[in-house]
Amino acid sequence: MSLLKIEKLNLSIHGSQILHDVSMQVAPGQILGVIGESGSGKSMSAFAAMQLLPNGARCEGQITVAGQDVLALTEPQLCQMRGRDVGMVFQEPMTALNPIRTIGDQVAETILIHENVSKAEALERAAEALARAELPQERFPLSRYPFELSGGQRQRVVIAMAIALRPKLLIADEPTTALDVTTQAQILELLKRLVAEDQMGLMLISHDLAVVADLADEIVIMQKGRVVESGPAATLFHDMQHPYSKALLAASTHVPNREGAAQDQPLLSVREVVREYTLHANGWLGKTSKLQAVKGVSFDIRKGESLGLVGESGCGKSTLTRAILGLEEVQGGEILLDGQPVFSGKKPNRAVRRRMQVVFQDPYGSFNPRWKVSRLICEPMHLLDQPPKGRALQDAMVEAMESVGLTADDLDKYIHEFSGGQRQRIAIARALIIKPDLIILDEAVSALDVSVRAQVLDLLADLSDRFGLTYLFISHDLSVVRSITDRVLVMKSGEIVEQGETQAVFDAPQHDYTKELIAAAPVLPANVA
Amino acid sequence: MRNLWLGGVLTAIFAGMAVLSFLWTPYDPTVLDIANKIKAPTLAHPLGTDHFGRDILSMIMVGARTSIAVALVAVGIGMGLGVPLGLTAAARKGGLLDELIMRGNDLVFAFPSLLIAIMITAVFGASAVNAIIAIGIFNIPVFARLTRSGALSLWTRDYVMAARVAGKGATRISIEHILPNVTNLLIVQGTIQFSLGILAEAGLSYVGLGAQPPTASWGRMLADSQTMISFAPHMALFPGLAILLTVLGLNLMGDGLRDMFDPKLRRARS
Repeated sequence: MSLLKIEKLNLSIHGSQILHDVSMQVAPGQILGVIGESGSGKSMSAFAAMQLLPNGARCEGQITVAGQDVLALTEPQLCQMRGRDVGMVFQEPMTALNPIRTIGDQVAETILIHENVSKAEALERAAEALARAELPQERFPLSRYPFELSGGQRQRVVIAMAIALRPKLLIADEPTTALDVTTQAQILELLKRLVAEDQMGLMLISHDLAVVADLADEIVIMQKGRVVESGPAATLFHDMQHPYSKALLAASTHVPNREGAAQDQPLLSVREVVREYTLHANGWLGKTSKLQAVKGVSFDIRKGESLGLVGESGCGKSTLTRAILGLEEVQGGEILLDGQPVFSGKKPNRAVRRRMQVVFQDPYGSFNPRWKVSRLICEPMHLLDQPPKGRALQDAMVEAMESVGLTADDLDKYIHEFSGGQRQRIAIARALIIKPDLIILDEAVSALDVSVRAQVLDLLADLSDRFGLTYLFISHDLSVVRSITDRVLVMKSGEIVEQGETQAVFDAPQHDYTKELIAAAPVLPANVA
Repeated sequence: MRNLWLGGVLTAIFAGMAVLSFLWTPYDPTVLDIANKIKAPTLAHPLGTDHFGRDILSMIMVGARTSIAVALVAVGIGMGLGVPLGLTAAARKGGLLDELIMRGNDLVFAFPSLLIAIMITAVFGASAVNAIIAIGIFNIPVFARLTRSGALSLWTRDYVMAARVAGKGATRISIEHILPNVTNLLIVQGTIQFSLGILAEAGLSYVGLGAQPPTASWGRMLADSQTMISFAPHMALFPGLAILLTVLGLNLMGDGLRDMFDPKLRRARS
């Protein structure tokens, strides 16, 4: 008997159809991986199973959860079911918890809603649930608040909430997307263990093929509201039928073709850079302490090279980026671009800064929503002493847009008219417009769907060949770094622990931390695609 | 959406009356006509007359002008000084300037506003201009705090970072990137402060510290009518209603605008 059975589900919201004939099922103790890009309807299918749908949604077909016909249940009956029979884990552990309530209260809440028990008993069981999610009471008492925990620990609290009543079915919607790679591996391991212990069914939703491939028994691939391929994980990857699944797999393992060779001449030199913050823990007049975010980092980027910088959140990557860009002064060491200091005296050096640009991670947050594209991409021209005007300006804008695969017509639009991938192209156009030598890509493809990511990576490779660009590629995604960089630096706690040729570092990591990172990264089964 | 409509219509009616009063009023609101004093509403005087025989409708129309002018200039003072202060504080977050500006605001906030307004007008003389200044000063910290909080979250956006990479300074970023993106907050707060301004002006005029006779003012009309409320209730009713409906209209409009600008609420509705 299957725990969750969705059969021929058609879902429409305000008359527009979102899901077409979706069918899938989960058996006890089984992990179903649901893969798809944004807008494929994978989350909507999960919400349909719990009937947590937006207003105006209509379902046709059949959804059975643990023998109950979900579509026939009334709202109070559904409330009974949610939390007790079905638990859910969300993507963003930072917002899935109420910041002003203790973790004990939040886990106990699920129990109190569904069972007639005393507060003390509920708290006792909450402690037990937290312990099962590997948050032992000795180190993480019930009285902790979410802000006292790291992202991975918060996700464990969310999981504890979901499993507190030992539900039959657990739905995890991108449970590790917001987490670092080593934390991701631990959370996935935890989910796997809980499924085996309780004989739960797990519906694991992800955009990441490798995450699902590592874990799932059955796999469903969705595109535009349809299931395009499904089957057992063991065989599915070797025997894909649908062109979309094949394209998805190809995009995930895509390696852009790069030609230009790095010259043997350093473009950027970072020498013994130290970046300290002064902390005022006790107000303005109290004692101060110092926090070293970057502790004496040195490296070179050669002209035409693509250098990767890998590390987990909080390792000092972003601080280092800001220092290189001359946005913040460093407390020790120096940063030179072609022999000239980025920061001269107290002022950033404009002559150097106009040779560097940056592309950020979030395609939605990196543009002023009230500006047109033509104004957005011209912003870096502020760095030029004599910015082009009239005809020359128009030509520069068109050239930048065309080099990233967009057209001159797009200049007159606002940013909300573009998709995530197009926005990232515009971000690249903005970086290109003043023809810099170095572009810093700060997680520039991390927020993109795999197929779009592959296109943007190709674009970056092509641009570097055409314009002789040098890249500093900052990412937590090892597979992306592996595919586009020549050399890689591994950073931990403000220090560079390992550096070398990308291939060599990945094949034979020397430092323990690098080994840990590489071991934690989810991989697709060998010899596919 | 209904709030916005209702509020907009109410506000438009009173704004329309104020504009119309420049061109035409049924009677001259300053001419005394003792023969027709304290008349209940009739066809000739739709809202009746007061104890000097002045037409109440005409006085309310001209009074709308006073109220709106005072509140508008007071909001203008509040925005004109508060917004730059807030932008500066946000740009220098955690610095000495930020502390100075925000603690200064706290200081102004710490005083009960109407009481200080009464003090200012009592010291510098009762007049519409002094009322405007008194009300305006208390609008400054409201806009400064709002702007700062809105601006702080914008400063963490990547597009601000991109502007810094483009070598733009704090002033330029504040004007080009921050200000346009806090305007929706300011418009909403502006309508609410506007209604509070009308209320404050009425309050000051009521105690005789606002606009001086012969300028018509809703607050003073109320004050004049209070001794006669038992036999001429219409004299208190209509200016009271005018204040109530204008303030209600502006508040509804502020609420409606906030709903319209707030993407979270917008999504929930659709």
